[in-house]
Amino acid sequence: MTRAPEQRSIVRDSLGVGIATGLYGTSFGALSVTSGLDVAQTCVLSLLMFTGASQFALVGVVAGGGSAFSGAATALLLGTRNTLYGLKLAPLLGWTGLRRAAAAHLVIDESTAMSVTRENRRDARTGFLTTGLSVFVLWNAFTLAGAVAGSAIGDPRAYGLDAAVGGAFLALLWPRLTSPVHRLVALAAAAVALGVVPLTAAGVPVLVAGGALLAGVLGGRWLDHDPEEASP
Amino acid sequence: MTWAALIVAGVGCYLLKLAGMSVPQRVLDRPWMRRTADVIPVALLAALIAVQVFTDGQTLTVDARAAGLATAVVLLVLRAPFLVVVFGAAVVAALLRLAT
Repeated sequence: MTRAPEQRSIVRDSLGVGIATGLYGTSFGALSVTSGLDVAQTCVLSLLMFTGASQFALVGVVAGGGSAFSGAATALLLGTRNTLYGLKLAPLLGWTGLRRAAAAHLVIDESTAMSVTRENRRDARTGFLTTGLSVFVLWNAFTLAGAVAGSAIGDPRAYGLDAAVGGAFLALLWPRLTSPVHRLVALAAAAVALGVVPLTAAGVPVLVAGGALLAGVLGGRWLDHDPEEASP
Repeated sequence: MTWAALIVAGVGCYLLKLAGMSVPQRVLDRPWMRRTADVIPVALLAALIAVQVFTDGQTLTVDARAAGLATAVVLLVLRAPFLVVVFGAAVVAALLRLAT
């Protein structure tokens, strides 16, 4: 009977994360329509893709003059981290069949963070569902609001919205710069991307940077100082 | 064409999530995979920032967007929330353009 307060606090924390995350759907909606997608396309992205960094990446590439397919490739590469989240979550949540297929759509940074640390299945499911569903509902509602507002304001440059995209990416990147290796990877990727900008079509430099990183990880030993791997 | 790309990317992102929830853990949970998945977002986001802020078409350039990015850095150091960072970057860039 001591479980109820614990459940309540999980729901409260999860809703807090859901509201904070859902709100910045507004910035995605506005940036997406000013990058050239229409309101319907913007809303479909939030409904169907439903993973913020990938969505920002896709519209960022399109805004820079890249093709929608370069944007899609970048979005998919960024989406691979959700696969790893799913691996961690599957045994914890213990769903199968249709429930698992439905739950998979809610696998994002926030729902993972609010459930992987729980000590039992009930708490994990509560954290996952409360966060996932509240982000989903609010993210989509605020995407629509941002898209409608964004399409009404005219030239995005006059409002600095092109600079807002860089700010949004940096805010997504910032919490991931946790170690010297991460900071080095970030600088190297930025340098590689800028280096190939004069040589390639818009949208391609980001993929080149991602590809260079993959080649480095697969071929090199420079990330091998992983404490988890070092132990026998 | 745009619609096709959006649908492919959207369905693809869902399938990436479903794959993680469906395959046995030992198939994909290798150290190098974890490390790769850990640094891929870092590399892509950094590359996106660089291209978004410091290029104009196929030329490198420094303009009001760089001031917006610098503002974002300051706000992040001050632990400002996401919307404040995005809004601050936009406002500084817009004001700089008004002034020049």
